Amino acid sequence: MADIRAPATPAFSPRQVLMILAALAMVSIAAFMVIGAKGSWGFILPFRGTKVWSMAMIGTAIAIATVLFQTITANRILTPSIMGFDALFALVRTVQVFFLGGLSYAMLPDQIQFTYEAAVMVGLSTLLFRWLFNRAARDLYLLVLVGIVFGVLFRSLGGLMQRLINPNDFAVLQDSLFASFNTTDQTLLGISTLAIAGVCLWVWRLLPALDVLNLGRDTAINLGVNYNRTVSQVLVIVAILVSVSTALVGPVTFFGLLVANLSYLVIRSHKHILILPASILISIITLVGGQVVLERVFGYDTALAIIIEFVGGVVFIAMLLRGSRT
Amino acid sequence: MIRTQSVSRSYGDNLVVDNVTLDIPARGVTSIIGPNGAGKSTLLSMVSRLLDMSAGTVTVDGMDVTRTPSDVLARRLSILRQDNHISARITVRDLVGFGRYPHSKGRLTVEDRAMIEKAIAYLDLDALSDRFLDELSGGQRQRTFVAMVLAQDTDYVLLDEPLNNLDMKHAMGMMKLMRQAASDLGKTVVLVLHDINFASWYSDYIVAMKAGRVAAQGPAGDMIRPEVLSDIYEMDIKVHEIGGQRISVYYG
Repeated sequence: MADIRAPATPAFSPRQVLMILAALAMVSIAAFMVIGAKGSWGFILPFRGTKVWSMAMIGTAIAIATVLFQTITANRILTPSIMGFDALFALVRTVQVFFLGGLSYAMLPDQIQFTYEAAVMVGLSTLLFRWLFNRAARDLYLLVLVGIVFGVLFRSLGGLMQRLINPNDFAVLQDSLFASFNTTDQTLLGISTLAIAGVCLWVWRLLPALDVLNLGRDTAINLGVNYNRTVSQVLVIVAILVSVSTALVGPVTFFGLLVANLSYLVIRSHKHILILPASILISIITLVGGQVVLERVFGYDTALAIIIEFVGGVVFIAMLLRGSRT
Repeated sequence: MIRTQSVSRSYGDNLVVDNVTLDIPARGVTSIIGPNGAGKSTLLSMVSRLLDMSAGTVTVDGMDVTRTPSDVLARRLSILRQDNHISARITVRDLVGFGRYPHSKGRLTVEDRAMIEKAIAYLDLDALSDRFLDELSGGQRQRTFVAMVLAQDTDYVLLDEPLNNLDMKHAMGMMKLMRQAASDLGKTVVLVLHDINFASWYSDYIVAMKAGRVAAQGPAGDMIRPEVLSDIYEMDIKVHEIGGQRISVYYG
C-alpha cells in the first residue's frame, strides 16, 4: 500500500503534556501569590488566595462547559457563550431585578439567589437547546446563526428591561453583570466551589459515554449510548457551569473557545479524561498567569477580560475562515 | 429475524418509506437495492433505531427496537451509515476499540483487545492502526468504520453502502468478509448496495425498493432477471450468465 509518511510523532505524550501544564499552572499561581507582596503575609495570602481560587473556579467552569458543549454538538467553533447561554443568564438576573427591585434583590441571600438562577437557567436552556438540536440539528452554520440571533434576542430583552427599571436598581444590576476576574465574594465562591465539585463527580461518571458521543450521534446510538438522555444531562451540566461562571465574572464570550481549542491542539487524543484536565489547566494558566503579567509587568489592572476576548475573537474568526471541518 | 410491520416515514407531506412490511431472514447476506430516493437508507435507519418511525414497528429477534434499551440492542445489532464525520483526533486502533464499548463500557479486557486486533487484521489495516483518522483516505476511513462494527461482534450487521470509496480489491474483500461472516459465524448481514452485480454475486436474498415501497424480493437467483431489474430501475438491463453467476450489463 502506498503510504504517505505519517507526520512526525509529537514530542510529548498527552500525559507528559498534562504534567507540563500542571507545572506551569503551579508556577503562575505561585507567582501570583508572592510577586510584589508588601506587608503582612497574614493578609496577603488569604486575600490573593481567594482571588486565585475564584479564577481557578471560573477557569474550570468555562473549560468544562465549553469542551462538553463542543462534544455534544460535534464541532470546535461553537461555545455556550457564542450560543447565547450567558446572555440568557443575564436576562434571568435582569428579570429578577425587574420584578423584585434592586434593594430586595441585593438583600437576597447569595445561596437562594444562585440556586434560583441556576435552576431557571437549567430549565430554560435545556428546553431551548433540546428544541434547537432536534430541529436545526446538524447544520453548523444554521446553528451558529440561530444561536447568535437568540443571543441578540436575550441581550435586547435584557437591555429593554434595564432601561425600564430605575437608576438605582440598574446600578445594582450593572455591577453584577460586568466581566471581572477579581471577584472576592466569599459566599458566592463557596457555592460555586460546591456546584463545580458536584458537576465534576457527575462528569466523571459520564466520561466513557462522552468519549463515545465524540463519534457523532449515529455511531453513539449504534454503540448503545442512550443518546437523548446523555445529551440532556450534558446540557444540564453546561447550564450549571455557565451559571457559575457568569455569576462569578459576568459574560465572557471567547475565553472558552480559546482554551478548548488550545487543549485539542496540545493533547493529541480524543479521550475526555485527558482533554478536560488540560483545558482546565490552560484556563488557570491563562487567567492567573495573564493577571500576573498584566498587574506586575504592564502595571495596569483590569484589562485581562478585554485582552482574552480580543485574542479569543481573533481565533474565532480565524477558525470560521479556515472552515468548520476541523 | 428482522421483521418490519407497516413501517412508514414521512417528512412533512413527503412519504419516504410507505407502509413497508418485510421479513429479513436470519443468517445470510441480504442486499437492499433500488434507485436513488427509494427509501433504502431510511428503512435501514429505522430498523437500527437511528431514526424514529412515523408509523409501524420493527422487531429484531422479537425485540421492539424502539422499546429495547439501546445498550442491549447494541450487543445484538450494529449499524454503519454513510458519511461518518468525526471532529476529534482519534487513531484507527482507538476507533476500532470503540466497537467493544457495548460489551465492556470503555474498560477493555484481554478478549476485547484480541477482538480489536482481529478486526484490524481482517480489514487490512495493520499498517495504519496508529494513524489518526484525518490522515487517512476515504476508503481507508470506510474500512476503519467497518472494522469497528466487526469488533462489535453482533448477530446482525447493517451496512449502508459499505462499498463507497473502496477500490475493486477492497470492495471485493469487504463482500467476501461479509459472506464469510454469514456462512461461518452465522451472522445476519444486511447491506444497502448500488452495484447490482455485487448484490448478485454475494447475497442470498435481495430486496428491491422503489418509491418507498418494496417492489420485489426473493432469493438472489430469482431477482437478477432482466424483467425484474428493468422494472425497478426503469432502464434496459441485460443479464448474462458468466461462470455460473448472473451479471447485469446496463452500459451504453
